[in-house]
Amino acid sequence: MAWAKKVLRVNLNDGNISSEPLNMEWAAQYIGQRGLATRYLVEETDPTCDPLGPDNKLIMATGPLTGTAASTGGRYSVITKSPLTGAVACSNSGGFFGAELKSAGWDMIIFEGKSPNPVWLNIVDDKAELCSAEGIWGQSVWEADKAIHRITGDPQTRIAAVGRSAEAGCLYSAVINDLHRAAGRSGVGTVMASKNVKAVAVRGTRGVGNIKDPKRFMQSVAEQKVVLAENAVTGQGLPALGTQVLMNVINEIGALPTNNMQQTQFEGAHNISGEAMLEPRKSDGKPNLTTNAACFGCTIACGRISTIDPSHYSIQDKPQYQQNSGGLEYEAAWAMGADTGVDDLDAVTFANFVCNEDGMDPISFGATVAAAMELFEAGAITTEETGGMELRFGSAEALTWCAEKTGTGDGFGKDLGLGSKKLCEKYGHPEFSMTVKGQEFPAYDPRGIQGMGLTYATSNRGACHLRSYTVASEVLGIPEKTDPAVTDGKAGLVKAFQDATAAVDSMGLCVFTTFAWSLDNMAPQMDAACEGDWTVERLLEAGERIWNLERDYNMKAGLTGSDDNLPERLLKEASKAAPTEGQVCNLHEMLPEYYQLRGWTDEGQLTDEVRQKFSLPG
Amino acid sequence: MQRSLSIDPDKCTGCLQCEMACSFENEGVFNPAKSRIKVFTFHEEGRFVPYTCTQCDEAWCMQACPVDAIKMNFQTGAMEVSEQVCVGCKVCTIACPFGTVNYNRDTGKVIKCDLCGGDPACATACPTQAITYVDSDATGLEKMRAWAGKTDNAQHAAS
Ligand code: SF4
Repeated sequence: MAWAKKVLRVNLNDGNISSEPLNMEWAAQYIGQRGLATRYLVEETDPTCDPLGPDNKLIMATGPLTGTAASTGGRYSVITKSPLTGAVACSNSGGFFGAELKSAGWDMIIFEGKSPNPVWLNIVDDKAELCSAEGIWGQSVWEADKAIHRITGDPQTRIAAVGRSAEAGCLYSAVINDLHRAAGRSGVGTVMASKNVKAVAVRGTRGVGNIKDPKRFMQSVAEQKVVLAENAVTGQGLPALGTQVLMNVINEIGALPTNNMQQTQFEGAHNISGEAMLEPRKSDGKPNLTTNAACFGCTIACGRISTIDPSHYSIQDKPQYQQNSGGLEYEAAWAMGADTGVDDLDAVTFANFVCNEDGMDPISFGATVAAAMELFEAGAITTEETGGMELRFGSAEALTWCAEKTGTGDGFGKDLGLGSKKLCEKYGHPEFSMTVKGQEFPAYDPRGIQGMGLTYATSNRGACHLRSYTVASEVLGIPEKTDPAVTDGKAGLVKAFQDATAAVDSMGLCVFTTFAWSLDNMAPQMDAACEGDWTVERLLEAGERIWNLERDYNMKAGLTGSDDNLPERLLKEASKAAPTEGQVCNLHEMLPEYYQLRGWTDEGQLTDEVRQKFSLPG
Repeated sequence: MQRSLSIDPDKCTGCLQCEMACSFENEGVFNPAKSRIKVFTFHEEGRFVPYTCTQCDEAWCMQACPVDAIKMNFQTGAMEVSEQVCVGCKVCTIACPFGTVNYNRDTGKVIKCDLCGGDPACATACPTQAITYVDSDATGLEKMRAWAGKTDNAQHAAS
């Protein structure tokens, strides 16, 4: 129950669309969304397949709580093999698309093969058909969204689409739903475009029912909403400032990576902070932030809806940017701001709009621009390659230019679409690439926050903060304060966060609830909604099972323990900012203990014991 | 005391908790498509607006109904549709100037807000108090208070 118990399978080779029952035995072990879809991926694909070839599959999956009234229960994920990392990709998004899919009666969609021609999938409740995307292919996400709405004639149609960057082969393209919500990381949009799928449109009018104990569920939902409302972060910080509440905080502790992670503090941080987004500007007296906005069912509402200063150079003669759209979140503001040294709030917001419009992951995009800037300043890239543009740290013009080029895959934008790792290799300086497993870092410097070093190194999808957000403990003191400068105890902390987060994602809830909720707050909601007994222990066990399954996939795809590493810069070049001065990331003090806690070999391989314990497949 | 729904779009975040509460209360499923209250998003303006029946005293829907299926509940002031009597002719959906009466193809009857018999689920579910259930005689009181707060007599007194 709570699951729709139905999978939509779309064979793109021959256009055949079929419905099949959800594997409930797996659901009992892997919950839903991230976990369950990975189980399908493992069963149905060869981990060594070419991520952009027809043998890779792409799964859009909801969780059992997606589409219910559980706060933040609107999420879905896109699961596939990543072209950026060669590892498993699982990119989570909010907005309204996931809940609509569930409301149409589907837990997940599995795309297989490759369509001979560009198509989009139109789902209305239990009917689904592939439509020709002729005329829509080649459009931005925003244009495609408009065009498809015109075709369905229903303003309530929810759409997830890829932009021109994905069509051009940018390796970190996102799937954008509801115009500005992104299944952002690891190039899941690139995979979708490689299959010639431009968009998925869905209208669901059946709703989500089959709640095991409706009365208990509604009571639990109401109680847990109060917990979110009364918590300082989820009740005040996030609604008021969004995730951007962090910009000044992380900068002050000397853990804000700056100029391609050469420094750990950014002088211009305040100018691109959440607080700055509230300050009225001179030209029209309005602040950058118009309003906060919620994803489906979310009572936190961290989303930002923003405008760019009408007098800003970036949007002159460009009407599509002269209105409200999805504004800056912390990671995006950091990557396109601090990491490129740009402190022009409007330029960074513009780059963010372009990332939404043409479907790029703003973290990977910003970090790749930062790498290009370092390459330029080192003379490895010149104006010859860029066609005249000087890629200097701090240049807003360079940033906005890069965004437009990458969005369309035009000229030097093609190089930027390679991502930091391949770009730096191409221009002869692999050491400039700030990546793990080929994926760019997010906004927390592991020299200042040790647990994040281990988080990045061991994340199953390459550098990522959302796999184990130890910042909560090390900086914010949630659930309890640990010292960000020490490595002691961080292995256990990272493992605990990793397992719990895998369960949170798989239920269909937002990880931002965990500032206020632990699994203790989620298990009662899950248990009241879903068949079977869902205790905290069971959720944790499922989380650990999911983590091991993802790891197993990666090992079979050819990754090894040596990929659990960080760039030399973070291990050897000490932080110069006062609060963290002299610190490097001491990853190797944490990694062996982490392997031990996982029950893996010294080389980071799964053991038979672990496989048996979690009944992992072959 | 009679009470009315009071809606303050400025406080709405577009989360649809109200739509889920409404459909769950009335249909037993979480289904915004079957909600009697709707939140409209004006993306380019950055606005969210919840909208539902305001229970007109001389309700157009009630006047228009040829079979008297719509009657006022004198306790709550809500115009309620009797499922037994409604024949699904939809005349009320045409008569209502605000569009808040809608046809439900699953049942062949019309649906509209009935204030949940005096304890509207949407208002309870709303996390930001964009939807509240207030004394009908004072629906404008909060707005008056807000505007009153913007008058500048305090400043004058201080200067
Ligand atoms: S906390 Fe933010 S990202 Fe998470 S569901 Fe709510 S609005 Fe969406």
